[in-house]
Amino acid sequence: MENLSPRTSAELEELARRARWLVLSTVAEAGAGHIGGPLSQMDLLLSLYFNHLRIDPADPAWADRDRFVLSKGHSAIGLYVTLALRGYFPESELATFDQGDSRLQGHPDMRLLPGIDASTGSLGQGLSVGAGMALAAKKQSRGFHTWVVLGDGESEEGMVWEAAYAAARYGLDNLTAIVDRNGLQQFGWPVGPGDRGDRRDPWAGADLAGIFRGFGWNVVEIDGHDLGQIRRSYEAADAARGVSGSPTVILAQTVKGKGISFTEGTYKWHNGIATIEQLDLARAELGVDLVQAGAGR
Amino acid sequence: MSAQRDAWGETLVEIAGVDQRVVVVDGDLANSTKADLFAAAHPERFVEIGIAEQNMVGVAFGMSTLGYRPWLSSFAVFLTHRALDQVRMLVSQTRANVKIAGSYSGLLNGSSGKTHQDIEDLAIMRAMPGMTVLAPADEHEMRAATRWAAEHDGPVYLRIARDAVDPVFGASDVLDPTSPTVIVEGHELTIVSTGVQTSRCVQAVELLRERGLDPRLVHVPMLKPVDGPALLDLVGSGPIVTVEEHSIIGGLGSLVSELVAESGRGGPVLRIGLDDAWSESGPSGFLLDKYGLSPRRVVERVLRWRS
Repeated sequence: MENLSPRTSAELEELARRARWLVLSTVAEAGAGHIGGPLSQMDLLLSLYFNHLRIDPADPAWADRDRFVLSKGHSAIGLYVTLALRGYFPESELATFDQGDSRLQGHPDMRLLPGIDASTGSLGQGLSVGAGMALAAKKQSRGFHTWVVLGDGESEEGMVWEAAYAAARYGLDNLTAIVDRNGLQQFGWPVGPGDRGDRRDPWAGADLAGIFRGFGWNVVEIDGHDLGQIRRSYEAADAARGVSGSPTVILAQTVKGKGISFTEGTYKWHNGIATIEQLDLARAELGVDLVQAGAGR
Repeated sequence: MSAQRDAWGETLVEIAGVDQRVVVVDGDLANSTKADLFAAAHPERFVEIGIAEQNMVGVAFGMSTLGYRPWLSSFAVFLTHRALDQVRMLVSQTRANVKIAGSYSGLLNGSSGKTHQDIEDLAIMRAMPGMTVLAPADEHEMRAATRWAAEHDGPVYLRIARDAVDPVFGASDVLDPTSPTVIVEGHELTIVSTGVQTSRCVQAVELLRERGLDPRLVHVPMLKPVDGPALLDLVGSGPIVTVEEHSIIGGLGSLVSELVAESGRGGPVLRIGLDDAWSESGPSGFLLDKYGLSPRRVVERVLRWRS
């Protein structure tokens, strides 16, 4: 494992602005890709990769590394940007995203890109994979932790709950699920009871925390953009390993499209291509300097 | 005479005795699939997931990334249909070392009927890029196929029958479950079969001989990858009858037809199997007769076709 000093909140915020710019501009350049989900999970991912995961970008296959599974695989560009900033591959490679012959597929491919622990894409499958990794770690008496990021929309898939039951049943306290509760999905539900009438909240009217508790999970609810709350929730999940006998879920309230005015809080930016004007506006809002951001982008 | 499921369970116990990577992930059917033998012999490497096949596949894949070689224990139909997307995205796409033991395949599943029968598994698994597909003929070939799959690097679908059949091979035969092979020499026409249907075809060939015909019987234990030129050599250039306890769409009949059509020689080809039909509950003999797979019905069909 490499030696990396923890980033301060100010440093993480700076990284996050840069990362959000890279998501928007890379997708615009590629001509295809998701925006809302990658942006909503960004503070969670950067905090995890820079201050928490025991990993070594120079040795992505290090046997005792913490495992990470992006179950909501369509948010791949957010993960790629995080990995690039973290030093897994050069930032310039982001330009190959979604293009032919690229290691940066539309959904993460473990066979192509070192640093991806599991291929995902078809939704709802990552928690099972993480449970398998955590179960194998227990059987092999290995001390790493497995982290899975789920979407709240994705959690409509039944397989998530098959995994939730089994993970608790096997006492996988070395497994943590982070639910990116951005409250929106690609299209969303028609107006109904408990709904605000704006296609919001996949889990409207349902007690998601109560459901996980009912399965026997440790539940932590946080603001998914508050770096202090994120840090403390990760520390709590880590501290539970080998102690609590239960997996931990971090329900992170987030804003879809977070950080850029025109992408925030609308399902219409689930995916999308920013115009030149929108890119200029986003760059100004994020305060990303042109040279640093790559003038050609 | 023992059933393929017994041979599979016993062989896996033996393999796991020397290969610590072997684990079994079960979907609450171990006492049917005979993975219960493994659970008794190697309890620390037996993972019960309950009635949740999709999660089974996900957990097995996750374990495979840590160096394990998980075997999935369930009915074929649940692995190739209910958990199809999981097999596709997690196992096949990634070339994971997950072995899919599809038990109770075909029609004969103890009268559970069409919901539990799997007559599309070979078609589905053949179509999946990178998947290896094995359908051994009897208990002996099942042992060889299980050992081969355990050693093979990558995903394997292994078709396992519930009911015992008359052995095609001898217990001491050295078997290669990857190659098509001639079971009975003959001329005039070639019968090609796979899985335990080959056992029934041995009887059909005997009956045809009594009727004055001289058919050859070729068995195909591995449907993918298949050695096309070798199989074409074995089937020859005359009439071909394919017989499978499976739909005639996408399985052995399709495989042989594709090869013969591309080769520009051989045929015509008659495909015997389920002809775009749903089956039903019933005793094994009844089902084999009604759906044209018993030796007697295969003979009738071949004679009618040749007349």
